[in-house]
Amino acid sequence: MTNVLVRFFARLGAPLTGAIIKLGFACRFFLAILRHSPTSLLRFQLTMREIWFAGVLSVLIIAVSGLFVGMVLALQGYETLVRFGSSSALGILVSLSLVRELGPVVGALLFASRAGSAITAEIGLMKATEQLAAMEMMAVNPIARVVAPKFWGGVLSMPLLAAMFSAMGIFGGYLIGVQMLGLDPGSFWSQMQASVDFRGDVLNGVIKSVFFGVAISLIAVFEGYDAPPTAEGVSRATTRTVVTSALVILALDFVLTAFMFTGM
Amino acid sequence: MKRGMIDFWVGLFAVAGAAALLFLAIKVSSQSTLPATSTYAVTANFENIGGLKVRAPVKSAGVVVGRVTGIELDPNLYVARVTLALDARYHFSRDSSAQILTSGLLGEQYIGLEPGADDKNLEAGGRITITSSAVVLEQLISRFLFSKAETAGEQTPTEHAQ
Repeated sequence: MTNVLVRFFARLGAPLTGAIIKLGFACRFFLAILRHSPTSLLRFQLTMREIWFAGVLSVLIIAVSGLFVGMVLALQGYETLVRFGSSSALGILVSLSLVRELGPVVGALLFASRAGSAITAEIGLMKATEQLAAMEMMAVNPIARVVAPKFWGGVLSMPLLAAMFSAMGIFGGYLIGVQMLGLDPGSFWSQMQASVDFRGDVLNGVIKSVFFGVAISLIAVFEGYDAPPTAEGVSRATTRTVVTSALVILALDFVLTAFMFTGM
Repeated sequence: MKRGMIDFWVGLFAVAGAAALLFLAIKVSSQSTLPATSTYAVTANFENIGGLKVRAPVKSAGVVVGRVTGIELDPNLYVARVTLALDARYHFSRDSSAQILTSGLLGEQYIGLEPGADDKNLEAGGRITITSSAVVLEQLISRFLFSKAETAGEQTPTEHAQ
């Protein structure tokens, strides 16, 4: 009787303990990456390839999305602002929302689905085809050789991509606001410049994107490393990377925003 | 992909990212918070600060000469004590007056400094004594209604007399 009860409660708690075990493994994995980072960063060529893979190949989607997001912001914002006769504040609206929120967050979401999923799939497939095991056989540490460069490639790429997203978005807002809707370019830029603070807005946005870069890269390499070595396991891990990254980005964004932009 | 090509594209990527950051730094934003070394702090007491916020600009003749760095309630006098960080390049006489103004109808509130005639200047830690509070819309309306009621009250007896 007690045996049945114990098994019942054990099964009830299994998902929770499973999640905690996974989180603990992820923390240990993160520490292992940090420990092996110096050796892999010394061979910077490896990280260089990963920056190319994660960063350079994401530039196009980031730039095009940023342009369209900025254009939509300008169109929508104009509709509202012109009602209050303050359409010259359009530059402020577009730049503040991009620099503070949309640049880091939407950039990170795109980065997670463009590069994070690819990193997971690559590591997962290397594990499924026993390439990681083969490396260990040859006394090459797979974390130093494969995982850490991918991690740092993502971390270094993310802030640059977020800045590009914001810059392209503001350019898109300029195209719509000034070229299409006929606002005065002087007041567009000068109002923007007067109300966007470099330290308070731009640098906080960059800090946000660094946090997002660490989170996405860690989730991506961890899910790949942790994936069951089957075709189904790799596909599930890829999906989990995108879903978990999106949730973590948005939750982290709330926490960081609460820290940065309140109490001013 | 050959090794040289990867290096080339990563370098281009880094340059583009740096250019985007530079664009955000130079064209989009400005350094509104002056470094602490080139400012001096003075305080001013206001009966009511309305919607004044920390980091609001301090303007004299429309030129930004400083920022509001702190707002707190004086527990003894029950007035708002506002700390201003003024640009060290500008000096104001000791009897300058400060008032809380609004830029435009719906704009942000800022502090306007009117220079006085005293020979001596405000120094760090000094206090602006002549201040006028923010205009609160509700008070303005109620004052208007009261004065309207008073004039109406004066008129009514004459109507009775007719």
